[in-house]
Formats: sequence, C-alpha cells, structure tokens
Amino acid sequence: MSYRLNTFKKASFCRHFEKQVYKNVENKNIKIPVYLSAGQEYIPASIYTILEEKRIEPNIFIQHRGHSHYLSAKANPIELIDELLGRKTGCSNGMGGSASIQSKDKNIFGHDGLMGSQAPIAVGHCHHTRKPTIVVLGDASAEEDYVLGAIGWASTKNLPILFVIEDNNLSILTEKKIRRNWEMDEIAKGFRMKSYNISDNPEDIFKVLNDYNFEYPMLLNINTTRKYWHAGAGVDGDYFDRYENEMNELGDEAIKIDLENKQTIEKLWQQQLEIQ
Amino acid sequence: MAATVRDTIKEITRKHLTENKGKCYGQCLTAVGWVGGTLPEMYEDEGMIELSMADVAGGAIVTGAALAGDRPIYVVRYQGFQWYNAATIVNYAAKSKEIWNRICPVFVRSIAMEGGVGPVAGSSHHSLVHRMPGIKVISPMTPQEYQLAYDSYMLDDVPYYVSEHRKSYDNTEELKDIINNEADFTIFPISITRLEMKKLVQLAEQEGIKLNIINQLWIKPFIVEDNWKIALDNSKYGGLVTDDDYVEGTASSIANELSLVTDKRVYTLGLEPRTAGFYPSVDNLPPSAEQILKKLKYIKNEK
Repeated sequence: MSYRLNTFKKASFCRHFEKQVYKNVENKNIKIPVYLSAGQEYIPASIYTILEEKRIEPNIFIQHRGHSHYLSAKANPIELIDELLGRKTGCSNGMGGSASIQSKDKNIFGHDGLMGSQAPIAVGHCHHTRKPTIVVLGDASAEEDYVLGAIGWASTKNLPILFVIEDNNLSILTEKKIRRNWEMDEIAKGFRMKSYNISDNPEDIFKVLNDYNFEYPMLLNINTTRKYWHAGAGVDGDYFDRYENEMNELGDEAIKIDLENKQTIEKLWQQQLEIQ
Repeated sequence: MAATVRDTIKEITRKHLTENKGKCYGQCLTAVGWVGGTLPEMYEDEGMIELSMADVAGGAIVTGAALAGDRPIYVVRYQGFQWYNAATIVNYAAKSKEIWNRICPVFVRSIAMEGGVGPVAGSSHHSLVHRMPGIKVISPMTPQEYQLAYDSYMLDDVPYYVSEHRKSYDNTEELKDIINNEADFTIFPISITRLEMKKLVQLAEQEGIKLNIINQLWIKPFIVEDNWKIALDNSKYGGLVTDDDYVEGTASSIANELSLVTDKRVYTLGLEPRTAGFYPSVDNLPPSAEQILKKLKYIKNEK
C-alpha cells in the first residue's frame, strides 16, 4: 500500500472515531468537555506512518485535541472510549477525560492542563533518555513563554526531539494575526533549530520527515484546519477538509477504507456503550 | 568536627550523582559559591545540569526528567522564585501518580534567606505548595533531619518540597523538643524560627513563663503526635506556631489542626502582613525570640 493510502487509513480511523465522539456528546453519553481533532488528523496520520516505516517508536507528549495522535500511534481505542465515558478502565483511569489521555504501551504521556507544559516536560524527559521524542502543541499553546524557553534549551543541548505545531490559526476563536506577528518556525530558527512551515498535505510532511532520524532537534509548524468547535460538538464554518480532499483524490480504494473504518469504529463504540 | 547542614547537603549531593547516578539541576550551580557551598564541585558530564534562566521551563524540564526515571535534585536558590518554578512541580509531578499511575518524584531544594533581598526573593514560601495534593513538604534545619529528608525521598514516589534556610547551613546541632509537665505555652516552630527557641526559652524563663518547644520538621503530611496533644492540653495559655512565611497558609493550617484535636487555642506568628523592602528599615524578617516573647506576653495578658 502506498504512503498516501497508508496515511489515509490512519486518518480515516481517526475521523470516524471523532465522528462517534461528536455523536455521543450530542446524545449525552459523554458528559465531559471534549476537544476533537477532526480536520487535523492528517498531521499525526502522516507522522506515524513515516515513523512506522522507519521503525522509530518515539516518546510522545500531547495535550488536548490529541485523540488523533493517540489513535495514529496505535494506542488502544477501547481504552480511549472508556476514558471519554469516565470509566476506571480508561487510558487515564477515568481521570484524564479528553484532554489528558495517555498510553503506557505506546509511550504517550498525559497532559496536566497548563497549556504548553508538555514542551519543557518532553525536553526534560528527552534530556534524560536521549531517545526520539515528539512534542505536539497548538499554535496558541506554543506562545507560552516556557515553551520558548524549552525550545531554546533543547537546541542548546542538541536533543533528539521533534516539536510539532498544529497550527489551526485559532485560539478558541481568536485568530493568530491578532495575537502575534511572528511564526514559530522563525522563532525556532532564532534558537538555531532546523524548522519548516508547511501544510498538512501528507506529501509535504513526508518531504521534511523522510530524511529526519532524530539526530538533532527540529520544529515543524504545520498549517491545518479545525473541523469542529474548540470544545464540544459543533461546527465553526465550512473550511477546507484535507480528509475529504484526499479521499476524492485517492478514489475507490480510499472509499473502501473509509467504509471499513466507519464500520469498525461504530462497532467498537456500540460494544463499549453496551457495557454498564 | 561535627558536620554542618552544609556539609551534609554537599555529601548527599555527591553520593546522589556518583553512587545513585542521579542528577542535580538548577541555575548557576557551578558558579563561584556553589549554592552557599552546598554542592560538590562537579559538572555536567558528572550530572550537575545547568538549566537556562527560564524559571518556569526549568521546573518543567526537571519534572520531565523525573517522569523518565531520574530522581532529580532540583535547586531553587530563592524560595520566592517558586512562584515561577513550582508551577509544573505541583501541577504535573505531584498529580502524575494519581491521574496516570506514573510516578514523578523530584527533590526540590527550596532555599530561603532574608535580609536585604526585597519583595519577592526573601523568606520561606512553603505555604505556596502546602495546599496542593500529591506533594510532601519538609523543613529540615539540622544535619540528621536533612539526611532523613533525602533518605525518605529516595524511598518515596512523590515530589518533596524541602524548605531549607541558608542560616541553618552552619548548624551542627540537633534540635530537641522540650516538654514540661506544666507549661504556660507550647511553641510549634517551623523553619529558621526553630533556631530562635534556645534564646526564647531563656528570655521566657526570666519573665516566669515556662515553655514547651515542639520542633516542626514535617509540614505535610502533618501528623499530630500523642505527646504533642498532651503537652498542648497541659499548657495553660495554649499554643503558638511560628514561621518564616506569612501566617495565612502553613502556620494557620497547622494551628487549626492542633486546635481541632485539643481543647486549646493555637495562635500564629510569622512574617508581618506587608511587602518586604530592601533596606533594614523596610525589611520583613522572621519573628525573633524577643518578638515571639512579646506575642506570648500579649496572649497571656489577654486571658
């Protein structure tokens, strides 16, 4: 299967998962705030497809809107469903909700809720382990002062860490141009770190990651689109949808994968909802 | 010659880096003074890790190291800087075990000093973290107490906030409790106020006031021992908690706990409720033996 099709497969799994979350928020099976990653799933789907090919299993530090990273890294979807339903069998023992998910099997570390704290935590973790590490931030959390301090220290210590900025241009509903006049890739360059500002087109992500093997720190600012509200189930507007675009371009095989994932995910949710 | 608190911390750190293969993190550690002489002269390749001057990021970087399995010692040279440094310690390291079942122990050396250090850096600030779950708070002022704090940390799985004081670094003496059968007051001193107790007992005796002194090492968890209850219940005018922090925190919390398990009223005395300036005339120092005695006489006369 081609890189694009493999990536689509992961993205499709994430998209259908998030559709089910949306549905279960609406029908009140999920009673906590959720942060949906639909629309942005092509970033993790591309990254983990490339890393799987390279057989690199990184330590991963995420924050809210992290369901697609969790799923793309092949963490247990049932444990995520249980977490969203507030069960002790959830991936964060029913305490993490949507925003603080983890997977010990896949080296995914939970987030405390202080936006961007995962950046310095990941840097400290990476400094001790010296193992490939990925830290994922939004364009808003990346503005936190301690994130900038962490990027600077990672550069100084030449750590094997990849900073991924999922840049959906929004902090809740405040656009980036209102908040700042600079870009994260420029900041990283200022810290003497290799960096790129790219789209969430899987080919663009492939171009910059294919030759990267965590020999040094790097930052990717990846422009993307949030399909749903900042929190909860709702739609901000009619934006470009990378997922729909890829399915149209990839054709029948993608449509088949889409249908299979839809059925798989629906079955998983149904099965977990039936457990009292 | 007996070991000082300074010698003890230095030796603990040396062994931590050599025998236990741990690391020590902080800002400007390898500068001229080696943090008041409490650090061995070791460098990055030996585990002495210089952080940048980004305080908030520094606390979180050490938290990440702890999450990775290091048992870090984290040096914060002024307790007032914990307003920046402690954010991730109390919000991640202290909560990690409960939420994610991942332990994240950090030994936070939180160093107090005062006298000309201004509105933020000076004094103790253990009240800042005291109210947070998942962290232990200890304030060692003697060599044996410091060793106990470290040994306890190495066997534990939660972060420790170690409320140190620079004035204790020269101390070689262990501070013993004093319990009389019929005292007028029981004093529960914390941090550097403990080093005022010897003088306080002498001054009080000259005034005909008999004191029990019960040294406070563990601030959190705070466990009232049976003999403390008896001593307090037998004290004619009740108790007094003295501290090097503002009283609206640790001191009040401990006083409340003591009041709840006895029939006695427990008072507090700490920093004055005002901002410290740099000059002596506007500074805000921990209560001296004379000031504590004045408070005791005031309480006695009120009764």
